[in-house]
Parts: sequence; structure tokens; C-alpha cells
Amino acid sequence: MNRTAKITLEDGTIYSGVSFGYECNAGGEIVFNTGMTGYVETLSDPSYRGQILVLTYPLIGNYGVPAETLHTGLPHPYESPAMQIQGLIVSRYEDKYSHFAAEKSLREWLVESKVPAIMRVDTRSLTKRIREKGTMISEISIEGVSVHKEDVDMRRVVSLVSKSGIYEYNGDRSMGKRVMLIDCGVKHNIIRSLLKRGVDIVRVPYDFDFSSDDMDCSGILISNGPGDPKDLPQLVKNISFAIKNKKAVFGICLGHQLIALATDGDTYKMRYGHRSQNQPVKSVIENQSFITSQNHGYAVRRDRLPKDFFEWFINVNDETNEGIRHKRLRVMSVQFHPEAFPGPVDAGVLFDEFVDML
Amino acid sequence: MALSRPENVLILGSGALKIGEAGEFDYSGSQAIKAIKEEGIRTVLINPNIATIQTSDGMADEIYLLPVNPEFVEEVIKKEHIDSILLSFGGQTALNCGIELQRSGILDKYGVKVLGTPVKSIMDTEDRQLFYERLNEIGVKCARSRACYSPLKVRDAAKDIGYPVMLRGAFALGGLGSAIVNSEEELDRIIDKIFSMVPQVLVEESLRGFKEIEYEVVLDSYGNGITVCNMENLDPIGVHTGESIVVAPSQTLNNHEYHMLREIALKTIKHLGIIGECNIQYALNPDSDDYRVIEVNARLSRSSALASKASGYPLAYIAAKLALGYNLTELPNRITHRTKAFFEPALDYCVVKIPRWDLEKFAKVEKTIGSSMKSVGEVMAIGRDFLEALQKALRMIGVGVEGLEGETMRLVDYKEAISNANPYRIFAIANALRNGISIEQIYEWSRIDRWFLEQINRVIYYEKLIENSRELSRDLLLDLKKAGFSDNQIARLSRTSPDRISGLREEYDIHPVRRQIDTLAAEYEADTNYLYLSYDSQEDEAITGDKPKVLILGSGVYRIGSSVEFDWSCVNTIERVKELGYETILINNNPETVSTDFDVCDRLVFDEISLETVMEVVRLEKPAGVIISVGGQVANNLATSLAERGVKILGTHKFSLLCDSLNIEQPIWMEYTGREDIDEIIEKVGFPLLIRPSYVLSGSAMRVVRSRESLITYLERAALVSREYPVVISHYEVGAKEIEIDAVAKEGEILVWAISEHIENAGVHSGDATLVLPPQRLYLETIRRIKIISRRLARALKISGPFNIQFLAKDNNLKVIECNLRASRSMPFVSKATGVNYIKIATSVMLGDRIPPIENRALDLDYVAVKAAQFSFRRLAGADPVLGVEMASTGEVGCLGDDINEALLKSMISTGFTIPESSVLFSVGLESDKSALLEYVFMLVKEGFKIYATSGTAEYFRRYGIESETVYKLSENSSPSVVDIIKEGKVDLVVNIPSDYGFQEQMDGYVIRRAAIDYGVSLITNLQLIKALISAIVRYRHNEISLKPLPVSSYRKRQSN
Repeated sequence: MNRTAKITLEDGTIYSGVSFGYECNAGGEIVFNTGMTGYVETLSDPSYRGQILVLTYPLIGNYGVPAETLHTGLPHPYESPAMQIQGLIVSRYEDKYSHFAAEKSLREWLVESKVPAIMRVDTRSLTKRIREKGTMISEISIEGVSVHKEDVDMRRVVSLVSKSGIYEYNGDRSMGKRVMLIDCGVKHNIIRSLLKRGVDIVRVPYDFDFSSDDMDCSGILISNGPGDPKDLPQLVKNISFAIKNKKAVFGICLGHQLIALATDGDTYKMRYGHRSQNQPVKSVIENQSFITSQNHGYAVRRDRLPKDFFEWFINVNDETNEGIRHKRLRVMSVQFHPEAFPGPVDAGVLFDEFVDML
Repeated sequence: MALSRPENVLILGSGALKIGEAGEFDYSGSQAIKAIKEEGIRTVLINPNIATIQTSDGMADEIYLLPVNPEFVEEVIKKEHIDSILLSFGGQTALNCGIELQRSGILDKYGVKVLGTPVKSIMDTEDRQLFYERLNEIGVKCARSRACYSPLKVRDAAKDIGYPVMLRGAFALGGLGSAIVNSEEELDRIIDKIFSMVPQVLVEESLRGFKEIEYEVVLDSYGNGITVCNMENLDPIGVHTGESIVVAPSQTLNNHEYHMLREIALKTIKHLGIIGECNIQYALNPDSDDYRVIEVNARLSRSSALASKASGYPLAYIAAKLALGYNLTELPNRITHRTKAFFEPALDYCVVKIPRWDLEKFAKVEKTIGSSMKSVGEVMAIGRDFLEALQKALRMIGVGVEGLEGETMRLVDYKEAISNANPYRIFAIANALRNGISIEQIYEWSRIDRWFLEQINRVIYYEKLIENSRELSRDLLLDLKKAGFSDNQIARLSRTSPDRISGLREEYDIHPVRRQIDTLAAEYEADTNYLYLSYDSQEDEAITGDKPKVLILGSGVYRIGSSVEFDWSCVNTIERVKELGYETILINNNPETVSTDFDVCDRLVFDEISLETVMEVVRLEKPAGVIISVGGQVANNLATSLAERGVKILGTHKFSLLCDSLNIEQPIWMEYTGREDIDEIIEKVGFPLLIRPSYVLSGSAMRVVRSRESLITYLERAALVSREYPVVISHYEVGAKEIEIDAVAKEGEILVWAISEHIENAGVHSGDATLVLPPQRLYLETIRRIKIISRRLARALKISGPFNIQFLAKDNNLKVIECNLRASRSMPFVSKATGVNYIKIATSVMLGDRIPPIENRALDLDYVAVKAAQFSFRRLAGADPVLGVEMASTGEVGCLGDDINEALLKSMISTGFTIPESSVLFSVGLESDKSALLEYVFMLVKEGFKIYATSGTAEYFRRYGIESETVYKLSENSSPSVVDIIKEGKVDLVVNIPSDYGFQEQMDGYVIRRAAIDYGVSLITNLQLIKALISAIVRYRHNEISLKPLPVSSYRKRQSN
């Protein structure tokens, strides 16, 4: 019943296991996440689009997958309407889940979402391989299966996860503040975090020209998303224009990298990125530290910070840049995820700061 | 807040190991001392627990073996010019002492600053009402509760909240005085007893069936906070977390629940103002995200020791640094050496903790477990699979099972065994599943989450798989190993021999590798050698060096008869082996130990101490030798099997003791192999008889019998369970003194030795006896003969290493009763009392190092050391607190004094004994004992003590002119009853010297003893001990002796002058 399967890395290394998801082969960049809970949120995070994900915690599936509950039209606790990953690799998959909120197993969700998955893989060795060699293009292949999942063109991956059309959401106890949300593959909890604070949102796709129409928004939030920020030159230009127009701007993850590019900063691809729920960051300028949830493979170069900006946060572990802030204007951005989901909610206060700016 | 630079820091220890407060505080105290000391700050420690690592030379700058109470602490504060104090590293004992010091103004008087969590915050967490109010301020939900100061108020509160209610004593360690009560009748039965232990009782809504979840929280004084580890109890609320099977990280929590509780933890701890480390416990509704905070422990705890070992995060060390004012973001991660202490460990394995109970050792004890602690130790197992870790842990607790086996318990009433938690519940669940009872049904009975039940069910799946397969394929065998099945277990299931299974593994090349516990799930490279064995991979991760290697087997689980003293031996052995230029590898699985700390050995394999795993570690390490003689009996028992498999054992490992051929006298003994032996035994050995079942039968107790009937009854029962092992029956010597020698020999020549005498006559287990060093009442002739016999034995056995011999002395006639060729329980005591580290000398011997001549002065010390036993009867509801041939104590203390009186009083106070001031109750069984006591009772009367006595004793006293107030035993059904005057607090001390005649007398005595325990009155049940105590007390009252607050160093100095 369960077919044997393997994952082949770019360097030729092969790890074998057993298929437990949808039966198809798939290719993509392989990355790992060290979070110990939160697979529903992680697997539906659009920033993973195009990637094969290794979960380092060895027991996955324990609490099943919950039913969607809609809140302002957004499925909860999913971070987007669908599973985003290209493939999943785990050590032990636990099919006999137990949780009051669960309505199906992870396996069922994978099959529905047509995502292949392999279990019984030595994920720790695989993780170490990725750590040493960096993220690599990899291929999942299941014995006796010839169907291949469509590859993702990483150069235009944002266009796949950015929702087309313009949508408005009203804040929970609306106080008349309006934010334009540039959707590069936004995680739902960014939207929820603003709504909870009484902010109205206009959600626009990544290619919306907000330099010509601000739709009466006093602030702009540039969301997280997958891929290389340098593949989005038009968006960078639009951001640069908005900053010049003294808008309040907040960037998260990909949004942070885009803001850096829009203000003469630079970005680079990290060897294997940060994907976990335990990344410590600390403020360089004030006494503020957070344990944060992260998911990024690119980072802002510390040695070429945009002028007129100061470095706001750095990573306590490897001292990479985790945030920048304009010296005078209302522009700030962070590499980590203050919206959490999955992960610790410590940095949620940054949304308060942004709302205060508006 | 600026970094605080104190000059003299006082650290309070937790005293003797007791149920609820065990080895974990040696770990936390030792780490704190290291963390403070490396800052160049002077450290002073008060802890009477002589068996600990923290009271060893080279740890604190000054060590006081004194009771941890305000009187002694004040003396030390004065003497040592203490400017700062640490309260959170010595368990509830230290915390309570700290609160008293603050309340009485002593800290202010001497300007002593409390480092870390302020006393105000501690008090907020300890007083349930204050706690409830503080949490209410920030909208955090706490179990509905009311603090009551009288039984009447408790009854009202319970009615208001509605039965069942949970009762909790405030200021209680390990949940002492806690109970779930279902009705008013039940409440009436226990409420007085609870109030005798605690001043305040909290009545709470019962949260039965809720999940129990814990977080370990670390906060610095700048507001940086982290949760280091979360844990989920397999047993739902109602079973104390110390009694629960616990898994880390949580298994059944989704992201929302995990992070909701994490956020509340940080918010709560910040609000309470805690600085350093603490623990927060929750009840979580399994059907919604409704929660309650159960409690916050504003100190290092058993859970934090577990979390520390489970995650690799050195909690106690970091907490001590934070108490000095360090910022979390600047302290390094001691495991990776690359990252910082400000992060939350990501585990890529799971950890299962299982407690060990020794309830079989206690007559009449209540066998269920619940909201108070009864367990005496715990193990931690690590695996990539929950079932693997669970089965490993079940083997580690040493109750004779090979995993989740069936034969250990044949039960019919599953409902009873599964609904009420007990030490065997997990086995009952597995058996119920084997017998077709559904998971749903078991869930209804136990409320254990279905996920865990499904995991247990996997064992049955594998069992069937083995049954249905004609042979073990490589795939199946590998799957079984990954699921935590041992070779022995597989062998039993497939009806073959363990050797056949290990042979098969060899053939298939199935071996475990060592995997790192790196705190970061491999995200960064880590220089750590904290390892566990896993079959999940082929990639071995140990970092090895070029030096020759020595493997040391640790103590494993703490149990009655084997605890922190063996960890002390391990740590000292490791230190010495390192000094001699070897790489040290330790196998141990006890999270409460110092030996498993990140900075003790070169390589730690946190795994089973079994033949199978030791052989696998030997295969991976190829050590020059293995040391099996410092971890206690479990490690020692592996000697022969390891040697047979070609492993080099360092030191002696001979077990045949041929005293007869050496012309050394032993009590007459015979082996019982069948009924036909009975007559001969009775004739040759003679009553009373001491029966010892084979050691492999855990739980079956030694027994003294005095009649043919009881001998037959007992033997029939014993024979049933152990046909292959003969029972040894020896003459039980009455009225003999017991003497021990601890020594180290090299190739049969004794290098160093120390003789201690027991205050109690033979018949009290040596682990429960009060030891005096040097002996005060022995003839020189006896000492000379002990030396001669010991020398002869050492030569005959060619001992190289540590050993211990126990003697009986009667009328200058010596008999050997035991000889252990390994580190003994008393080795830390003699080492610290004499200032000569026996275990380090023994280690040098084992590794063939040259030993400079040692001056042996153990006999002519200028001071006296007394080691006293700590009992935990209060925890063990119903247990008969009487001493006998089975060991019953859970820990020990050792104190020094100018003479035996001073040292004895200090040690007794350290174990919780209160010096009586005005009244003593006597209830003495035997005429001879009454007569022996007369002179001492006279002394008390002269001191103005009021004497109470039970009728027979009172009558005897009257005959000799001692007036006492008669009180009545249970069977006499008259007033005033013994129990009443104990309950009313009219007596300061209860002396009950039992005889062992007749059931009724036994029952009467039991009721008296139990009343003393339950109402918190000091109890002495041994004639020799009470005599020694009365002499000491009288001298103390006459100021002939004083209890001097002197550090160990000052006694040692006397010696060198």
C-alpha cells in the first residue's frame, strides 16, 4: 500500500523512505523547518511555495488537521486557502491523530492537496546535509509513479501566490485607519493582526501600481512571500515612490527585503536561511528582544544598509540583519514574522507600533 | 539594572533527599555554585546532605553541613559576612527558609540582598490566595479556589465550589497535603491531618480529565523571556506531575494551544516579577482551548531538572547568571558554543520521563498515586519515536520489565486498575488492549489522551506481527528496534534467546548510532557530546578524540538504597579518570543527577544501563576499560556478563565470598531449595531467621520470621515466584552492634580505610542506621580485629578498588554479614568526614596509577561525624514508619561536631527532628527495653519534662518511681487516647519501641507511629537511638555542648594542626 520513495538532492545524495501523501513526483528547492508544532500553519504558508519542506521534529500528524473556520472570509487556522509546499519530508508520520478540532488526517489533507510526502526519512542527517551544502534543488520520486507535479518557476513565484483583484476588509472595531496591503503571498494572520487592531485593509496584488493610486490609505504594508526580492523590480520602484511620498510603510520578511532594495540597500541568498520558531532577535537601538518565527532564504546585507536607515534588529545567533528603520520617516521593516502562526507571538507589539504610526 | 557584584554569596541547599525533593537540587545547586564561582565571587553553601556533589571539596568556597533553617542560616550570615543570598536552587526547603528569613527581618538586619527572584514574588506564588489575585490582575485564568485557615471554612468552600474539589496545602513541597475529595465524608476524614502539615488549605475546583501541561520559563531582569521547554503529562490532572509519565515536548497540542500557553506563561511570569527560572503548570481542557493555571514554582524544580536534561539547556547555570544581573542575549549557549542563551531549544527527538516508586518496601502503604508525590526517583529516555522512548524508560526504572510487556501483571479488573492511577497503570492499559478492550473505553476510564493510547496499542500491533511471522526479517527487526524493543523483549516474544536476537542483529548489521542533543535540531553545528542511541540513522555523531577511553556506568534511577551517593561516586570517578589523561564516557539515564550535566564527562550517552546498550556503546567506543563499581548495584550486576563478552572491567569483579576458608565467622546460613530443607534449616540455623529472596526479584522484601508457620507461609509465596533462585536463610542476630568499614585496596593491600559504628543495633538496615565516625564505643580489640579480617578478605579477593564490609559485634565476637566490592552508600560520608577522597584513590587504583602513601587518620579525628537517615513516611500515606531489615529511608545527612552529641543533634535536626522542650510520650513494648530506658526517662523528668506513657509503660515507670500521665491505645478504647494527645499537639516527641508480638500490639503501635507522622510530631522507634538522643539533649540543655555553626574547613584545620 505504501510505496517506497526517495528524495534526491542536487549533489546526488539520496534519502529513502515511504510515500504517505499524494502519489506523484515533484521537484523543488529543499529547505528545513525546526518548529515542533504548527504544521497546518506552516504547510499553508505561501512563502513555502515551490519548496520541498523537511520537518525536523520527528513526530508529525499527531493532532490531525482541523476544519476551516471562516473569519472575515479567511479560513482559520490556515495561513492561505491551500497547502503551499511542493513536497513534505518527515521522520515519523502519525496517522492516528487525536484532537477535538481535527476533522481529517494530515495524509488526507496531503492527498486532497495533491502534495507528495515521504516518511521514515533520516531527517536529521538530511537537515545536516542541507545545513552544510545549502538549499538545493531536489526531486521526490515515488516508486512506480510517473505523474509529476508541475514545477514552480521561482522567478515568477509571487505571481502564483498573490491574490488577484482588490479586496477590502473592515477592522474589528474600525477606527478609520486604512492600510494598503501589498499581497506578495500574504499570510492570513498578518491580515488578522491588523483587523484585530481596528485597522481597515485594502488588499491589492503585488503588481498593483500604488504609486499612482493610494486608495485613501495612510499606510502601506508589504507582505511576506516566496522567492528572490530581486525578481520584483517594479514593486521595488513602487515602494521607493511611496517612501518618497512619506507614506507610513511596514515590511515583513520579503517586504523587508523589498524595502531595503527600494532604498539603496542590497539582499543576498543565504546558505540555508532561517526557518523555525525559535529565532532570537534583538534590537540594536533599544532594550527589546523577541523569540521569533521565521521563514526566509534571502536576507538584507548588513554591510550595505540603505542610507538614512539604521539597523533595527539583528539575529542573536548569527548576527544577520533582522530589521531596519528609517531615521526620520515612518518606514520600518522586519525580517521575522510578528504575526507568528506558527510560532511565538512575542513580536506582535510591532503591529501596535505600525498602527500608532498611521 | 547593573550587573551585581556581590562579594560573599550564600547558597541554600535542600538538605537530605526526600520524596518530593531529591537529587535535582544537587544538580541545580552545583550548577549555581559553578556559575557564581567562575565570576570570581566567593560562595558559601549550607547543606547537611553529605552525599551530594555540591558539598564536595572544590565546589563552594566554604561548606556548612548544617540544617537549612533560619537559626543556623543567620549564624552563617553573620560569620561569613554574607551580602547576597540565592534561595531558588535548594528546592522548597530553601525557599521556605528564605521566606522566613525575610519575614523575621534577618535579611534586612544584615543587609543581605536576595539575588534573582525577590521574596515578594516568591510569596505571591506560594500563597494561593495572593497568587489567584495576582493572576486575576492580568486576566489569566486560575483554578477557582479559596484559601481557608480552618476545617470549617474548608467545608464551606467545598460546598460552594461543588464536589469533587481539590485540596492543596500552601507552602508545601511536592504537593504534600493535596487530595481530590469527592464528598463531605471524605473531606472530614482527612482535613485535620492536612491542617497538621500546613497552616492554609486551598479548596479548588476539580479539573479531572484536563490535560496537564508545563512550561519552563526563563526571565532576565531586562524583560527578556523565553520558555525553554514545554512538557505534557500522559496522566491527566489529578496525578502530581512528579508522579506522572511526562513527555517533552508536548505531543497533542496544536500551534494555537502551544503558543497560547507559552504567551500566558511569559505574561504571568513577567507580571509576578520572577528573575531567573521558574515553572508554570496548566490544566488544559481536551475539548476546547479553555485552560487554568495550576501553579507557578518560583524556583528550580524537579521539572526544570528534567527540562534541562531534555532540551540540553543548562537552566540552573543560566538562572544563576541571571540572578547576578546578566542579560540573556549576551550569555552564550553552552551546548553549541556558537549561539546564545536567548533562544528556545528545538528538539528533534522526544523525551519520556517515568517515575520509580518503591511502594513495595512499605508495609500498609496506600498503593494508588495521586496529587501527592510518592515516587523516589525518575528516569528519562530519549528517542525519535514516542513508543521507543516509552519502552526504554520502562526498562530504565528497573522493575524487571523489558518494555511494555504483558506478563508483569495479570489483571481482571481493568476498570479499577485503569481508572485509578497507580504505578502499574500503563501495563494494565497494554493488557486491556491485548484483551480487546477498546481505546475509547480506556479513554473513558483514564482520560489519558487517545494519542498516547494509540501509541501503546502499537506494541500490540508489533507483538502480533512477531507472532505471525515465521522468522524475523531484517525490516521487521529494524522496525522493532526503532520502536524501542530490546533484544530480550524480542527474544521473549519470538520464543528464542536474547543471544539469538543480538546474533541476528549482527548478521543483518543492525546497530544503533549516537545522535546529538544539540538544542537546535541541527540548524547550527554544535560541539556537543550529549548523546543518545538511535536506530533511526546510520550516521554516528559523536565527536571523539585520540586519548584512550574509559567507560563509566552511572547510577541510573534513584531508588531506596541507591541514590545521590552513587552519583557523587560517578562524578568523582570521572574527574579522576580525566586527570589521569583518559577520555571519559558515561552512560546514565537519571535526569536528577550532576553526572549527566553538560560539563562533567567528555561524552555522555543518555541511555539504558543494560547489557545490550553497554555492549553497543563498547562497540562504538572501544574503551580501554569499563568502570562498573561506582554506580551502585545495577551497574555492578553487569560485571560478569560484560566480562564474559570480553569487555575489560577495571578493578575487582569477583563475587564469591569464601569466608569459611578464611576462617572468618558469618551468621549461620543455608540455602532453601525446597520444602524438604525446612526442618534442617530450623534446626541448624535457629529462630529468628532472616530470609533474603534473590536480588533479581524486585519488590520482594527481606523478612524476619520467628515461627515455623510464618516461615512456611513466606517460603511458599517466595518459591512460587522464583523457582530458579534459591532463597538464602540466615540466623538473625539480636542485640549485636553493627560496624562498617569502607576502604580502598590495591592488589589486595588496603590503602585507606575508615570504620564507622551504627548507633542502632543490628536489625536496622545499614542504610537506615545512624553512623558514627570515628566509632565512639568500640573496644580497641574489636577495631584491631576488624582491620585484620578486612585485610584478609582484601588479600583473598585481590581487591583493587573500593569495598565495604559490614560486621556484627557481640561480646567482642565479630561476624561478617556483607561485603560489597564496589563503592558503597557511605563512601561520600567517610570521604568528606575524613577529608580523604576514597573514590578518587579507588579510581587511581583501577587505572593503575601510582598512589602516594596516604596517612590514615580516620580513627583519631579531632571531631565526630554522624550520618543520619532521612525518612519520607509523611508522604507515604498509611505506611508503617517502623525500621527493619528492608531499607526505608530516602536520603541522608551528615554533620560534624566536637563530640557525638553535637554531631548527632545537628544531623537529627537536619532530618526534620525537633528537639523536645517540654513533653515526651513513651510507648515501649518489651520489658527489657522499658528497663533499659528507665535511666533516660529519669533524666528527662529531672529536666522537668512532662512524660506521657501508654498504660503498660506508665505502669512500669510508676513501679520505678517515675510519674507519667497514662494515655490509652486504640484497643483500650479509653480516654485520653494516644492519638488525641498527639493530634492536640501535647507531645513534642513520640517514642515508640515496638515489640513484635501479637497482631493487636502491632496494630496499636502502628496507630501511634502513624499518628506521630501524620500530625508532624518527631518519632523515634529505636532504643539505642533514643538513648543517645536523650543524653545529647540533656547535655545541650545544660550548655555542655552547643551546636556550633562551623564550616567543614575549620574541622579539617583542627586535624592538620
